[in-house]
Amino acid sequence: MARLVERKLGVLNVGLAQFAEAIATAGGAALQVDWAPPAAGDRDAAMALARLVNAPAIENANRKAFEAFLAASPVLRGVASARELPGLTGRMLLHAGPPIEWARMCGPMQGAIVGAILYEGWAKNADAARALAASGAVRFEPAHHHAAVGPMAGIISPSMPVWVVEDTAHARRAYSNFNEGLGKALRFGAYGAEVLARLKWIETVLAPAAGAALASLGGIELKPLMAQALTMGDEVHNRNAAASALLLRRLAGALVRAAPAPAALGEVFDFIAGNEHFFLNVSMAACKAMLDAAHGVPGSSLVTAMARNGVEFGIRVSGLGERWFTAPAAAVDGLYFAGYSAADAARDLGDSAITETAGLGGFAMAAAPAIVKFVGGSPEDAIENSLRMRQVTLGESSVFQLPALDFRGTACGIDARRVVDTGIEPVINTGIAHRAPGVGQIGAGLTRAPLACFAQAVVALDAQLGRG
Amino acid sequence: MSVYNAFHLPTIPALQDRDPVPTGLRIVRSTYRDSVSLMQLSARIAALAGVEQASVVMATEGNLALLREAGLLDEPVSASPGDLLAIVRGATPEAIEAALAEAERGLSAPATQGARRVAREAAPRSLQSALAAMPEATLALISTPGEYAAAEALKALRLGLHAMLFSDNVSVADERMLKQEAREHGLLVMGPDCGTAIVGGVPLGFANAVRPGPIGVIGASGTGMQQVTSLADRAGVGISHALGTGGRDLRAEIGGATMLAALDELAADAGTRVLVLVSKPPAPEVARRVLERARHAGKPVVACFLGTNAKEVEGGGVVAAATLEDAAAMAAALARGERAAPAAATLPAFQDPGLHSGQRYVRGLYSGGTFCYEATLLLSGQLENVRSNTPVSRARELENTWRSAGHTLVDLGDDEFTRGRPHPMIDHRLRNERIVREAEDPEVAVLLLDVVLGYGAHPDPAREMVPALRAARAAAERAGRRLALVGFVCGTEGDPQGLARQETALREAGMVLTGSNAQAARLAAAMVSAHGTAGRT
Repeated sequence: MARLVERKLGVLNVGLAQFAEAIATAGGAALQVDWAPPAAGDRDAAMALARLVNAPAIENANRKAFEAFLAASPVLRGVASARELPGLTGRMLLHAGPPIEWARMCGPMQGAIVGAILYEGWAKNADAARALAASGAVRFEPAHHHAAVGPMAGIISPSMPVWVVEDTAHARRAYSNFNEGLGKALRFGAYGAEVLARLKWIETVLAPAAGAALASLGGIELKPLMAQALTMGDEVHNRNAAASALLLRRLAGALVRAAPAPAALGEVFDFIAGNEHFFLNVSMAACKAMLDAAHGVPGSSLVTAMARNGVEFGIRVSGLGERWFTAPAAAVDGLYFAGYSAADAARDLGDSAITETAGLGGFAMAAAPAIVKFVGGSPEDAIENSLRMRQVTLGESSVFQLPALDFRGTACGIDARRVVDTGIEPVINTGIAHRAPGVGQIGAGLTRAPLACFAQAVVALDAQLGRG
Repeated sequence: MSVYNAFHLPTIPALQDRDPVPTGLRIVRSTYRDSVSLMQLSARIAALAGVEQASVVMATEGNLALLREAGLLDEPVSASPGDLLAIVRGATPEAIEAALAEAERGLSAPATQGARRVAREAAPRSLQSALAAMPEATLALISTPGEYAAAEALKALRLGLHAMLFSDNVSVADERMLKQEAREHGLLVMGPDCGTAIVGGVPLGFANAVRPGPIGVIGASGTGMQQVTSLADRAGVGISHALGTGGRDLRAEIGGATMLAALDELAADAGTRVLVLVSKPPAPEVARRVLERARHAGKPVVACFLGTNAKEVEGGGVVAAATLEDAAAMAAALARGERAAPAAATLPAFQDPGLHSGQRYVRGLYSGGTFCYEATLLLSGQLENVRSNTPVSRARELENTWRSAGHTLVDLGDDEFTRGRPHPMIDHRLRNERIVREAEDPEVAVLLLDVVLGYGAHPDPAREMVPALRAARAAAERAGRRLALVGFVCGTEGDPQGLARQETALREAGMVLTGSNAQAARLAAAMVSAHGTAGRT
């Protein structure tokens, strides 16, 4: 390291701003750090963090993990039954977010579980379904534990069809369920006859058609499609209008050639055309595939999942195995549809924050000025959010670019250390579910991943490196 | 074929002739760029030396067919529509390779061109973020609350930055850890509780504006370094660097880690020709180690270990200075190639202040801890029963720092006075109140005051002090007494407050100013001694 007096002095000033001003007055160079106590003032976590800053073991691990993340090449390969998900056996239902038992689940998640039990035919009516769920005879596990993700309640049952996304760079698969559209839907906890009928239609008509079309196409590369969608005003979390259209365009010919009955084909087109979030679940599976590629690198502080079960917000970190680091799920700061208010809102819910984990969604908000108002902001705010996230990430995407930022890549590769160090909580665009099962989406807004999750992860990483 | 793909077609010119000119291609997998970016990249590559034609396109069926038609592509390509294809026709294989490499770079690099124009980059929230914004930074100046300061300093070191900790309330254990870490990385930790440094003329924390020059200062005392650097400046000799160590560095627990590292820095610095070390008495074994290193610095060293016997210090190129003023004078002489000699000890001429017989005591109210310490040392040599909250061996500990008794010198910058209140160099109110209170004491003969200028200090100390000085004199006069106000200004003409301006205002308020802390202390002692009643309690 060069001696202090050998080089031209440049000062980073942490604390009293007058010192930086004095340096500038005297003709020196100083940059003021907008400092606040790290880890919200938790001194031990602050010290653990300091030990990890620029630690060679972590830097090397992060380089490896980030490279794997960037190298992942998700391809929409086809459609499968959820029974093919790794480890999904017997009477098991997958849900969004970190692990949670039936009794503590939020309303929409319990409603969705009732719906899934009815859909599977494990119970005859809602009351029986509830009793079964409470009896312990159905196992509930996070979708994330089975290479899958689902928006909102994120319930995936064995008979449901799932999208198969294959990361061809690492020969690994990730899965997501099919998007049912807005309004009364299982993911918001609705389980009425129309909801179950739609799920059945997805299983028996849409999924086979999409599967056949994808089989004939040999798959669709998702990164280029998502990158193009970003230049067309999507952030592929809360706005998927362009991506859904691009996907439909890619599928259309193959769908026709797959030749379901003309009436069914019309239904398929109408359904996809009528659901601007059709692509969301595909986007999520693609992000899951990219992040799974980066998971499991010992020592890495790269965040590989952010997910909410409606009660808790949880994150997973590449170098910290299968552990979840959780904090209470936040209320969402957002706008509500006519007739609803914050009092009706469920807490932050769903696996869809996997998109932010991959540097999309809220991180790519500068790409989607059309929805900035919807999530409570201005285009200026969106750009600032996208820029601010650079302070908590390991790098920029080589593929996903933001036209409004002169085509700079999106900030991606959330570093748990940097979140704790800067106090900048990762921003998440999200829909808001009604707290009662089955009402559906009642608004949308912005939320933030709680700092406490990242502080716990930093302390755990410090302990793992033997210096805690 | 999408609009995006079709948009590229004009960039692939049809070939009129089909010479067997070499072509090369490169596939960049799973990458998307908007068409305009691809056209710009194509144009940039086509303009490279030795390149005849170049195109970067999405590898769609349609584009591949057009490339074949154009004669640019005659082999089967295994590329999917999600890939990008760069194809170059050029004079030599080297030119083609260079063009393809450039294409690849253009596609792999994040598109940051011009980003600064657009970017309303948020203020950096961490040292790491700040370093990304200012990669040429060399030092972190940390003045956070003490409980977080060690963590920030450790981060700075981990990021390859030197650190100055202005913060105090850092544990000895953390200080040891930081200095160990710094040593391992070849970095310097100034502090904790390091108030002053000057690096290459740039003031850090509380520091005076001094001219550049050959004297390098290393000090455990901030105000001590301010006195030495400003006096050297006033003697016409400048400062190369002044590096602080923090007040505890020379204790046995820390072992002088920073002073040793700073000695190495300045020993190796060609711009430093004379070294000055400033400290209260170090732990004996630490003093030995520091002096040993100083003797091998390869340049003359003036050691001002206040209150240490010169015989314990001198030898092998190290000379001892008894006061800060002496240290500055000796260093200036050495820098001029002269023999090191202490400052002239002649007392400044003074008018008999006309004290009453009952006025017997000196009361010193200091903003600089080292000034208080040095004055206590000097007064203790001349007066009996000097009390202080910075006691030296011959002086007594003050029982109640808020109440003076006999000869009393108080460091108002001590923790006890600064808890929940700004330092007296910044906020003069506490001292002003006490100036007036001391003046009301019929036994007080002389008020002894320091006035510190420079960056970090109050922008106009004289303006703050003058009303209190007038009130003090008025209080004494109402009681039929005269009061001597003695002091000095630590500063330079280059300081933001201006030395001459400050001195003029203070003299107008009736203050007798000397050139240094030592002179002021001696003058105060002389005044009460001449009065013939010194120290009889």
